Amino acid sequence: MKLLKNLLKSPMFVIGALLFLSTLLIALLGPVFYKVTMERVGAQYGAPTAQFLLGLDDLGRDYVSLLLRGLRSSLFVGLLAGVIATTIGTLVGIYGGFRGGVVDDVLNMLTNLFVVIPSFVVLILISASFKEGRSLTLIGVIIGMTTWTWSARAVRAQSAALKSKDHISLAKLNGDSTLRVLLVHILPYIFSYVFMVFILQVSSGILSEAAISMIGLGPLDTVSLGTILNQAKNTGALGDGIWWAFIPATVVITLLVFALYLINTSMEGVFNPRLRK
Amino acid sequence: MLKQYPTIRFILMRAGWYFMTFLVAVTINFYLPRLGKNNPVDIIMGKAGSGLSSEDARQKEEKYLQEFGLVKVKDGEIVRNAEGKPVMASKLEQFGNYIKMCFMGDLGTSFQTYPKKVLDVIKEAVPWTIALQLPTILFGWIVGNVLGALAAYRRGVFDKVFFPFALILSAFPFFVFGMLLVYIFAVLFPWFPAMGGYATNLEIAPSLAFLSSAAYHYILPFFSIFLILAGGQAIGMRSMGIYELGTDYIRYAKSLGLKEGKVLMYLFRNAMLPQITGLALSLGTMIGGALITEMIFSYPGLGMAMLTAIQNSDYPMIQGCTLIITVSVLIANFTVDILIGFLDPRVKAGLQMGKGA
Repeated sequence: MKLLKNLLKSPMFVIGALLFLSTLLIALLGPVFYKVTMERVGAQYGAPTAQFLLGLDDLGRDYVSLLLRGLRSSLFVGLLAGVIATTIGTLVGIYGGFRGGVVDDVLNMLTNLFVVIPSFVVLILISASFKEGRSLTLIGVIIGMTTWTWSARAVRAQSAALKSKDHISLAKLNGDSTLRVLLVHILPYIFSYVFMVFILQVSSGILSEAAISMIGLGPLDTVSLGTILNQAKNTGALGDGIWWAFIPATVVITLLVFALYLINTSMEGVFNPRLRK
Repeated sequence: MLKQYPTIRFILMRAGWYFMTFLVAVTINFYLPRLGKNNPVDIIMGKAGSGLSSEDARQKEEKYLQEFGLVKVKDGEIVRNAEGKPVMASKLEQFGNYIKMCFMGDLGTSFQTYPKKVLDVIKEAVPWTIALQLPTILFGWIVGNVLGALAAYRRGVFDKVFFPFALILSAFPFFVFGMLLVYIFAVLFPWFPAMGGYATNLEIAPSLAFLSSAAYHYILPFFSIFLILAGGQAIGMRSMGIYELGTDYIRYAKSLGLKEGKVLMYLFRNAMLPQITGLALSLGTMIGGALITEMIFSYPGLGMAMLTAIQNSDYPMIQGCTLIITVSVLIANFTVDILIGFLDPRVKAGLQMGKGA
């Protein structure tokens, strides 16, 4: 609680959190107040009007609708990838660091291996092999499974440092199972680190989805902020200066990532008091 | 073994580790694209097979099957079953072929530009990518770190203006920033070209016209990567610098009355190490991001080659590009690793005790 109090004192955190919450609210409640339609409602790249505030896309669809849908997709894919990556990474890191020995060596080697093999490349290879049925969920799962290494590294160091503390020895003497020690006696101490990496994972998930969609390997079942940008580039809207085809989407994605980035940076400041002055 | 030469031992051990990583990467590179049901020969026959008689089509198909290593081959002839149909090679045999070809420097044949070799297409693209990425990443890293250290040391007004600016810059995704630069400086104000690596009416030659055109096309992609990178590095260096400033050794050095420059040197040296490690960790992301920037600017490098390949389902080409990217990330990481070995006193001390690292 003291931590939260300190965080709320940081204007950076408050701005970041408010920004993120409002995008979340818009994504969830927007479609309640605004009639979202994926139907053709006018001419190709129709200019913004009072009815369609952000104009129409290549297929004559309303950009406000597309953005609401895209924002929802991006948040979904980011959170899914973040949860998967953080769960795998935390389990691997906390267990390896606590156990030590051969298990730790093997897990650590595996982690280091996947740190240097670019996850972007793995993402391209898998997405390219799924020509049909490449869904948003699949992409989120792949991103999560290729980016867990950051969490694992961050958590492992903390877990290894904690394992020889007195309260852990006490818990072991008490006959607690390894799982209980890990979850009850280690996890709470490193929770702040886990959360900080989770925030980073969410933002990297959002960016990875947008990047993979930009190169034409995005989800086939829905609209995302990345597929909107891909369309703008492919149809030449960027070169023709049709600003409503890409400026709103880039603004939304940048705000989303910036909010998460502010949250992360401000937390770093709170945990490292020297940065606060 | 090699105990008396700890440095060589260290380098050899790292090289061995990276070689192992390379093998894993090649395996991933081979198996992942085969997850889906994509028979490359079906794709290429769909393109080349129309209008041929059935006999010609069959011959052509067998030629392709052999060329892409999908059938068993003995003494240069396709192995056939009792009905005269070619016997397909198992995944494991295909993998063996693939590894053998990789080590012989043969990355296969492109579908799209058949019969052009993948390696030849990559050879044309790689110089552009290196020319764009190497200076951008190095320069961005250096400028970012120097500015970050200054901001940490000076604080005050410089920091108050610089920090939020760097924060905003570093939060921009590569492709967003690239698109905005194109829109502002090539479309709204047509000062710079929006796409390409040189004017299309010019031949690639060491002529003044070509070089100046290439330099002109270089500016926007360069800045779109450089600014974001420098911003991110500056933020990291600033945090590290502020952290180091509070440590005892800096206080001690200051209380000794050492010159400001000398203290800054100590500070920079210690704060720099995590930054180099950070560089190693994020190289893959940086190179990936820069590749997307290439696509936005239609820059004639690897990113563009890969984009074209993806659009045409040109699997050998996609695999060739991903392999080259992985290998360059591995080489870059290896270089940084060795560099840390020489710069970090702790690793160096470990080496001199003969423990390795």
